[in-house]
Amino acid sequence: MRDLTLAMRHRSDVLTTVFFFIIVVSLFPLGVGPEAQLLKEMAAGVVWVAALLASMLSLTRLFADDYHDGTLEQLLLVPQPLSLIVLGKVLAHWIISGLPLVLMSPLLGLQFGLEGDALLMLMLTLLIGTPVLSLLGAIGAALTLGLRGGGVLVSLLVLPLYIPVLIFGAGAVTANAMGMGAEGHLSLMGAILLLALVLAPWASAAALRISVE
Amino acid sequence: MFNLFKFSSPASFYPLAGRLTTLFAIASVILLAVGLYMRFFVAPTDYKQGEGYRIMFIHVPAAWMSMFIYVVMACWAAAGMIWHTRLSSMMATSLAPTGAMFTFIALWTGALWGKPMWGAWWVWDARLTSELILLFLYVGFMALESAIDDPRRAARASGLLALVGVVNIPIIYYSVQWWNTLHQGSSIKVVKGGVEASMSEIMIWTLLVMTFACWFYTIAVALNRVRSIILERESDSMWVKALLQGAKS
Repeated sequence: MRDLTLAMRHRSDVLTTVFFFIIVVSLFPLGVGPEAQLLKEMAAGVVWVAALLASMLSLTRLFADDYHDGTLEQLLLVPQPLSLIVLGKVLAHWIISGLPLVLMSPLLGLQFGLEGDALLMLMLTLLIGTPVLSLLGAIGAALTLGLRGGGVLVSLLVLPLYIPVLIFGAGAVTANAMGMGAEGHLSLMGAILLLALVLAPWASAAALRISVE
Repeated sequence: MFNLFKFSSPASFYPLAGRLTTLFAIASVILLAVGLYMRFFVAPTDYKQGEGYRIMFIHVPAAWMSMFIYVVMACWAAAGMIWHTRLSSMMATSLAPTGAMFTFIALWTGALWGKPMWGAWWVWDARLTSELILLFLYVGFMALESAIDDPRRAARASGLLALVGVVNIPIIYYSVQWWNTLHQGSSIKVVKGGVEASMSEIMIWTLLVMTFACWFYTIAVALNRVRSIILERESDSMWVKALLQGAKS
């Protein structure tokens, strides 16, 4: 897709997101001290919060470039439904900003002393969770399109909506580590993903129409 | 037949809102006076929590209002989206600050109550957290509204945000509930054939009076605010100019 090629040409953007993710995660051991036990307990939460912030970092650019060069107005006129186009753009956003985080997460988990099973679980929750982040974020990005201070505003709008994903995502890893089984958390996350997949592109399309009229 | 849409025009709604504002403001002041009297002098001291429980009489209505106002706001936003009535989005705008205020009061009084009862100002409990998130949603709504210069676009964008928020509220609420809980369950439950409560009758009545006081306060303030918004947004129209002329002379 066009978005992907464009993103690959600005390879530094992808790298910035990944490095931001790594740096935020590494800040925590420096802040709270290197006790192995404490870090192990915190690992899931820390990685998840970092993933949240990292995926938000690139949100503002989701529609901004197209908006500035006028492509977005053309896209609004295309006969295909706008929500489908939005879904495509969100997918591209996830591949360049969400997928790298999923792939990096086992390495970071390892630094925090997580082991085999927990690492897999961390990866799995991020795999289900990060698309939701991109989908919900698209609504925020579409609403704040072309506003002054849009970046800060996006975080204010979107972060409260991210909370359930954070709770279930980090909760699944913790529950798994305590041997309680994470199926419940995982199925709830799956449900949220499906719900977001159906509703979010539609809502972002409506938001785009409002922003571009 | 009574025409509901007659009052969806700002020009005909403005005088009605003015009359209703006075009415509800008076009702709210009376109820507040009665409620405060009952709260401090009539309601008996709780056997477990002592005098401190009296905070509940403002805490619970504020918490109810905070959630209820959000739903009402989202309904107005939806109405504004569906029928493109200017007034609906103005109502949504005018409700938001009051909702945020009640959310803040609920959190604040909750903290004051929590210190002597739980021994902590704040705990990461389900209800507290979801109330805090509600506050963020209100703030986000108002921030988006004020960041957009064009009022029509602002109204529609923030309306969409309110709707997205209302879909999320149950999800957030249950997610934090399963996550962690300390806050007591509600003392009043609606059961088959009536309302069952784990508190004495006088306390319920006090609570109800206070709740209605908050209700009427909200209506009065929101209507008053919507009057200002109408004047501001419709300042080019004939009737507003005529009204201002009349006020000057």
